[in-house]
Amino acid sequence: MYDFTGLIQGINKWLHSILPAVAADVVGWILIAAAFLGLFAILGLVLVLAERKIAAFFQLRLGPNRIGPWGIFQTVADAIKLLLKEPVGTNRADSFLYNLAPYFVIIAALMSMSVLPFAKGLHAYDIDIGVFFVIAMSSLGVMGILLGGWASNNKYALLGAMRSGAQMISYELSVGLSILTIVLLSGSLRMSDIVASQSDYWFIFKGHIPAWIAFMIFIIAGTAETNRTPFDLTEAESELGAGFHTEYSGLKFAFFFLSEFVNMFIIAAMGAILFFGGWMPLHIGGWDGFNHVMDFIPPIFWFFGKVSFLIFLIMWFRWTFPRLRIDQLLTLEWKYLLPMNLANILLMAFIVLMGWHL
Amino acid sequence: MSYFGDIGKGIKTLLSGMKVTGKYFLNARKEIITQQYPENRDTLEMFERFRGEVVMPHDENNEHRCTGCQACEIACPNGSIEIVWDRKVDEETGKKKKYIVNHIYHLSMCTMCNLCIVACPTDAIKMAKKFENAVFDRTALTKVLNKPGSKLMDGVEE
Ligand code: SF4
Ligand code: SF4
Repeated sequence: MYDFTGLIQGINKWLHSILPAVAADVVGWILIAAAFLGLFAILGLVLVLAERKIAAFFQLRLGPNRIGPWGIFQTVADAIKLLLKEPVGTNRADSFLYNLAPYFVIIAALMSMSVLPFAKGLHAYDIDIGVFFVIAMSSLGVMGILLGGWASNNKYALLGAMRSGAQMISYELSVGLSILTIVLLSGSLRMSDIVASQSDYWFIFKGHIPAWIAFMIFIIAGTAETNRTPFDLTEAESELGAGFHTEYSGLKFAFFFLSEFVNMFIIAAMGAILFFGGWMPLHIGGWDGFNHVMDFIPPIFWFFGKVSFLIFLIMWFRWTFPRLRIDQLLTLEWKYLLPMNLANILLMAFIVLMGWHL
Repeated sequence: MSYFGDIGKGIKTLLSGMKVTGKYFLNARKEIITQQYPENRDTLEMFERFRGEVVMPHDENNEHRCTGCQACEIACPNGSIEIVWDRKVDEETGKKKKYIVNHIYHLSMCTMCNLCIVACPTDAIKMAKKFENAVFDRTALTKVLNKPGSKLMDGVEE
């Protein structure tokens, strides 16, 4: 039920029947790329609006409410405004790197999105090192931030970029290790295998307490990876102007801004895939009737439901906690998260070895 | 082992913070504090201590409490107040007495610091809650606070 494999293969066959093989492949790629770009744009618009509305409710405000019913077209108007803005650059900036930086960030975000399974059969690239690929791409995104900060020739931008570097090097470890804890359970780095092996219990239930600890560490470190409050030292409006994107305006600023939100989506999606079964409905081993009822809800809803929940959690962090100082940031990572993570991996390995997981 | 104690305390305080904001989020519908300004213009009431502009209250007989003592003019740090005054003979006592001709107030320069109100010995001026002060011609921002033909209320000077 609700399997997209047939649909995708049908489209592929149809393309091959009306076009020569090479052309059909190219058209197929272009269609996939267009789908991802479309998703990217929609995600940006929806998430920015959601963030502003949720922020407003946390602060007992109304949020955007003038453009369209309940302000739902606010972000569309914002996007049009950003497109029409004059791109202002600095004179002394290294113009090649300065112009390149936003693309680094946005391409890294798009590449990590390409390996995510959205539903059964709705999966652009089921690479056998999927999880590893996402981690690698997320470190590539930092390059864009570092380049942007460096090439802007502005001390605030540089400070923001340097902080971002320190933060990424630290928190990448935690994200990687907490993901590794789950990979121990699944025994595979391939996204589709990870989702498939959660068909009886989600990993967060399967792995008992170590999985919960890994999830907590993952969501903390993931928030840090996406440079969101309370880890937004790279932007730190009150200290650095706007941090690494101080000198960017118009469309290039929009790229940085959008990719922050898309990165949040990617972290939430990774969390959903690794801990909450991705598009897998809530299944409890042995309860066939219950599992069958759950199967009626399409996987795509399960996936986006879980992702929305995690995104809401990250937004909740943002509107609750104050920003960390740089030394507190590093203390949290190196003195608390990392040792906990290492002990947690050992514990998980032991559990898997003894076969105690569900 | 304060290390593990710290972790526990950290998690506890983080959760209690999230509980507070979570409560706000769930009750947001009931307690919204945003004023939807142009729509609620008729019912909008500015809060108690809002300082919009300096006004001089007059009673029903067109009488105010300003003696023309110039204390407010001296108190104003940026010269927003100019007092135009004169002397006239009091019929009862036959003495010459100061009275106010025009109490000129430049809203365009006023910083709403409240010093003139504090300085006034007879409480003749106060802050109004009006906030829609934008005009198309800046001469409209120079105001004469005492109304034409108004005079000093009896008994203010005693
Ligand atoms: S409020 Fe302050 S600035 Fe305004 S008129 Fe009074 S003393 Fe001057
Ligand atoms: S407003 Fe008050 S302080 Fe100012 S001249 Fe009149 S009586 Fe004096």
